[in-house]
Amino acid sequence: MNLAAVAVVYRKELTEWLRDRRTLISTVLVPLLAFPILMVGITALATVMIGNAEKEIPKIMILGGEDSPQLLERLHKLDKLEVVPYAVNWKDQISNKDIRAAVEIPKGFQAALAEGRAQTVNIYFYQGELKSSFGADHLQKAVEEYRDSVIKDRLAAKNLPASVLTPFSIKQENVAPPEKVGGASVGGFIGYAVILLCLTGAMYPAIDLTAGEKERGTIETILSSPISRLDLVIGKFLLVFSASLASAILSVTSMGLSFAFLGHSHLMQSSGEPSLNLNLGFTSVVAVFCMALPLAVLFSAVLMTIALFAKTYKEAQSYLTPLTFLVVIPAVASVMPGVELTPKLALIPVLNTSLVCKEIITGTYHWNSIILIFASTCLYALAAIFLAVKMFQREDVLFRS
Amino acid sequence: MIETRGLCKVFHDKKRGAIRAVDNVSFVCKPGQIYGLLGANGAGKTTTLRMLATILEPTDGTAVVCGHDVVDEPHKVRANVGFLSAATALYPRLTSREMVEYFGRLNGLDEGTLKKRADEIFSRLDMNSFRDRRCDKLSTGMKQKTSIARTLVHDPQVMIFDEPTLGLDIMTARTIIDFIRECRQRGKTVIFSTHVMSEVEKLCDVVGIIESGKLLAEGSLGELRDHYSQYDLEEIFVSVVGPYQGSPEA
Repeated sequence: MNLAAVAVVYRKELTEWLRDRRTLISTVLVPLLAFPILMVGITALATVMIGNAEKEIPKIMILGGEDSPQLLERLHKLDKLEVVPYAVNWKDQISNKDIRAAVEIPKGFQAALAEGRAQTVNIYFYQGELKSSFGADHLQKAVEEYRDSVIKDRLAAKNLPASVLTPFSIKQENVAPPEKVGGASVGGFIGYAVILLCLTGAMYPAIDLTAGEKERGTIETILSSPISRLDLVIGKFLLVFSASLASAILSVTSMGLSFAFLGHSHLMQSSGEPSLNLNLGFTSVVAVFCMALPLAVLFSAVLMTIALFAKTYKEAQSYLTPLTFLVVIPAVASVMPGVELTPKLALIPVLNTSLVCKEIITGTYHWNSIILIFASTCLYALAAIFLAVKMFQREDVLFRS
Repeated sequence: MIETRGLCKVFHDKKRGAIRAVDNVSFVCKPGQIYGLLGANGAGKTTTLRMLATILEPTDGTAVVCGHDVVDEPHKVRANVGFLSAATALYPRLTSREMVEYFGRLNGLDEGTLKKRADEIFSRLDMNSFRDRRCDKLSTGMKQKTSIARTLVHDPQVMIFDEPTLGLDIMTARTIIDFIRECRQRGKTVIFSTHVMSEVEKLCDVVGIIESGKLLAEGSLGELRDHYSQYDLEEIFVSVVGPYQGSPEA
């Protein structure tokens, strides 16, 4: 291999790549802007929507309860609810969002309470509808408060303290360091994002440098030069690999900045406590990149090999789209709860890297698995590069008609 | 100097089976001479020239270009060849200068020699006004000049032109024709494929008529006229190729 010739090809491909708006958008702009837009935008939108829903005083309907004035009076007194008169079509009114919820007080409820018989109060609402859920929650709270007052009166009547019902309390407390907590929450997602962006970042350059060359008619031009096919493939491959890495680095940086912004904003906080601790360790993030390196090599070589078969840009896109699913499925599988790294899974490309990234982000380093995964992915990557070089030497592939 | 010896190329097609695109072709092209390969579409001209440029490998036979075998020393052959065809396009996002420099570097020129050579070619081809313009912004004529500059940058001894005027307007085609003539004047070995009779009449010292992958006739224009007792090249071509037309490999 002639490194000087490889460098000449790489430099030329880099110049062209930096001037191509299409690949720049997919490799630089999308990874850089996708996360801030998605995370900040969606969170802000959700906050506004929840805020609006909370401001509304839900209209509710009471079904029955004429013989239970105590509960009825409590419900009517609530500031957070507006009680509307009973109507037969109350179910339709909930479905049509005319009212948000309804509470059904059974016949003879108050009398049954006095006799100590158990009763059920039903609350009806529109599942999945935010404002209806708020209305139902307010109703639930009001009814529970009434129940608590009944219990308190009964205990008082028998001269028993309130603690008779709760002899002891139970509390769950986190002892894991914040990095691990944050990692466990978003670790799988980071690995998944890095893997997917390594693939998408490499996709357009891989097509442009292979099928794109064929479509533009420059393949014959370059093949008539003295450069060897090996040097040519390696030069092109290095550019695709660079694009893949650039895409992943930019996306994780952008993701980190978005998380940092959200961590310090009030968007994701309640009662002064962050709802999600995103304090990820720098070492973990660097380790994830190291694990993603051979995978990026594998993706770059495989994408180039497949795209080289195509005669046009569009044809190459149609070949590579199914490949995205092949990568997404194991990447998503690794995020699923309960999927743990085993020696067998450590040999399955994509899934193995995704799983080990999840562990690394939480600060867990199983060195045997890490070495096995890194080595096996390197082997797959080398095989893919070998295949790409072979493909570039096949006349029926280069001049397919 | 180019010398082909029993050059063959067989392509395999799933539906049509083995196709002999070039069948036992042998000829010699000397320095300071233009060899015209005349043939209809699909006759085997492009495949022959691609084998000479080492873009394709012969199935059988071989060729020696500037003393180097196309099978054994393809890199050395390419270092001595300038290849220009209707299909050799330019990189759209590079400028004319970058395009020429890229091929200079691929040919192993050092930066000093490359700059000197590029400046010389740009002046000779009157390209200085657009040398820093991107290739996708160039007119057809400018693109052809850039392609010529690209083939000349390493000062090759052999020039291979595969239907270089295909689809070009008269003025642009004229630039190419003049350039081919200039190559001969500079003592280069030139091989040139076309199906345009007038170009052969204007340029070629030796003409080879190819059909169905076979070299059916060869000689200077005068020799062909004497042999076929026809003056018009088109009539000569029809006399030679006629019996082979409609054969399965045509």
